Amino acid sequence: MRELKLMKGNEAIAQAAIRCGADGYFGYPITPQSEIMETLMAEAPWDTTGMVVLQAESEIASINMVYGGAGCGKKVMTSSSSPGISLMQEGLTYLAGSELPCVVVNVVRGGPGLGTIQPAQSDYFQAVKGGGHGDYKLITLAPASVQEMADFVEIAFDLAFKYRNPAMILSDGVIGQMMEKVELAEQKPRWTMEYIEKNHTWATTGKKKGQERRVITSVQLESSVQEEFNFKLQAKYREIEKNEVLYEKIMCDDAEYLFVAYGSSARICQKAIEIARSKGIKAGMLRPITLYPFPIQQLQELAKQVKGMLSVEMSAGQMVEDVRLAVNGKVPVEHYGRFGGTIHSPNEVVEALEQKLIGG
Amino acid sequence: MADTYTIISPENLVYKKTDLLLDNVMHYCPGCSHGTVHKLIAEVIDEMGIQESTIGIAPVGCSVLAYNYIDIDWQEAAHGRAPALATAVKRLMPDKIVFSYQGDGDLAAIGTAETIHACNRGENIVMVFINNGIYGMTGGQMAPTTLPGMPASTCPTGRDVKRDGNPLKITELLAQLPGTCFVTRHSVHTPGNVRKTKKALRKAFENQLANKGTSLVEVVSTCSSGWKMTPVQSNKWMEENMLPYYPLGDIKDE
Ligand SMILES: Cc1ncc(C[n+]2csc(CCOP(=O)(O)OP(=O)(O)O)c2C)c(N)n1
Ligand code: SF4
Ligand SMILES: [Mg+2]
Repeated sequence: MRELKLMKGNEAIAQAAIRCGADGYFGYPITPQSEIMETLMAEAPWDTTGMVVLQAESEIASINMVYGGAGCGKKVMTSSSSPGISLMQEGLTYLAGSELPCVVVNVVRGGPGLGTIQPAQSDYFQAVKGGGHGDYKLITLAPASVQEMADFVEIAFDLAFKYRNPAMILSDGVIGQMMEKVELAEQKPRWTMEYIEKNHTWATTGKKKGQERRVITSVQLESSVQEEFNFKLQAKYREIEKNEVLYEKIMCDDAEYLFVAYGSSARICQKAIEIARSKGIKAGMLRPITLYPFPIQQLQELAKQVKGMLSVEMSAGQMVEDVRLAVNGKVPVEHYGRFGGTIHSPNEVVEALEQKLIGG
Repeated sequence: MADTYTIISPENLVYKKTDLLLDNVMHYCPGCSHGTVHKLIAEVIDEMGIQESTIGIAPVGCSVLAYNYIDIDWQEAAHGRAPALATAVKRLMPDKIVFSYQGDGDLAAIGTAETIHACNRGENIVMVFINNGIYGMTGGQMAPTTLPGMPASTCPTGRDVKRDGNPLKITELLAQLPGTCFVTRHSVHTPGNVRKTKKALRKAFENQLANKGTSLVEVVSTCSSGWKMTPVQSNKWMEENMLPYYPLGDIKDE
């Protein structure tokens, strides 16, 4: 029988982490996501699945604990909100540079600086463009419901291990804090050491007799070797872009105007579509589920059909740049969004559509 | 008289390099302590028979490539973060033996927080701390452990404690924490000291097997290039200047 529960997005992340057989969580408290570690500590999974949960001394320590655990081929994760994710950037580029899989959850709040604990979507650039130094990418998933908060944990781990690259769940304070019904997956067992040793032949699990020693590192003193490694990384990113784009189309069949929105903005735009249609405006939405890789092709297709696109995000305009790059001038692309912790209403979104794209 | 080839025979063998010390050409400068400490760690792992279960965490510093020399599994950490990696590796695989290997800039400046908190949690790991009073890798800048008056490229007229603060005796500080079980300071500038350092390393690894908590072995070290001295001068200078400030011996042994 389906087991439905009512819980916060943050709690769903924690429950899903235990149930998908995660080996470790390392984190540092910050609003609006502290319920993730609080839920894990209350559940005490070390007694049931053997999962390690540890409160670190900082986000710098958490992400480097994640590095250590990932290097052993374990399913490890951390979570934080914007200021903490900024502190993790060094660790994230090391993880990408050492080709290590992990999951990082960012429940975004308004910035810059200490900013506000209220929801925002202003860490888009940091998430999808790399964030730390060097040429690398984070696989980035954007949940728009509590159910997706739960489901994306396992999807993120699968992608991270498939490509040996960190994956980020880019959420926001709305999705993290709101309560919805959610169906949790069945408990899966954690990987055994035998499984890890057989399947993750790069992991440092102790050098067995007759086996080459394994080294997890991102240092290449020889620039030609570094360049070759970078070509390899780039080839991997092209594969990800080819294979892993996820998106949802809502009311697109007859749409003349398109909202492009992810996460809680996508929820708001769903209502905005209803309002617009009641006014006779044929609005639809493309919701990117993966922000990296970005649904470029889908936007290009829709650009042949619609008269304009409105990128709706709780930021000063970040994803709008990628939408413009994708449609390459075919149709006008505008941005609308409240930011700094303020959330736009569906009516404001429709008004923006009318003013910025429909005119009159 | 027997020729050399008959003398070099298994019966006459009095010393053999451990197989764990790889034959790769070492990048360390002549007179550098890093190489000697590497050899000791390799010998201890070999003698304890723990090669298959040991995971080393290398730092950023001159020993960033430590994994080229000791034949075990390694992870290379970001600058200062080795104790965080070691924490996770040990907690996720408690039956493995885990050690970090760090310089003074790595352990006592950029990584101070990770160092103190790993020790304070009593992580069941070994930390090897190479204190050469300087940033060797980046070309001889002032370290948290540079002595008062000692010149470095970022304090060319010598460390001015009014401007730069005093050298940080982090080892004494870490000994105050209940999480540490064995905190000791050694050197490798004479054969006698090399033997003592090896004994301390052995004890540190044995503590981990006995689940005793964090063991920290500091090795007061030479950096002939950073100090701009010959290897012989470095040893003498270390004895006369470093050792009075960083006295050798056990600080804590529980
Ligand atoms: C975040 C960061 N900051 C600075 C550096 C540059 N850096 C590399 S090694 C090093 C100092 C190393 O000194 P120490 O830890 O004493 O090791 P030694 O080379 O003396 O053995 C510095 C500052 C770096 N790699 N990463
Ligand atoms: S610079 Fe100093 S620490 Fe580095 S290898 Fe040379 S002597 Fe050793
Ligand atoms: Mg040094």
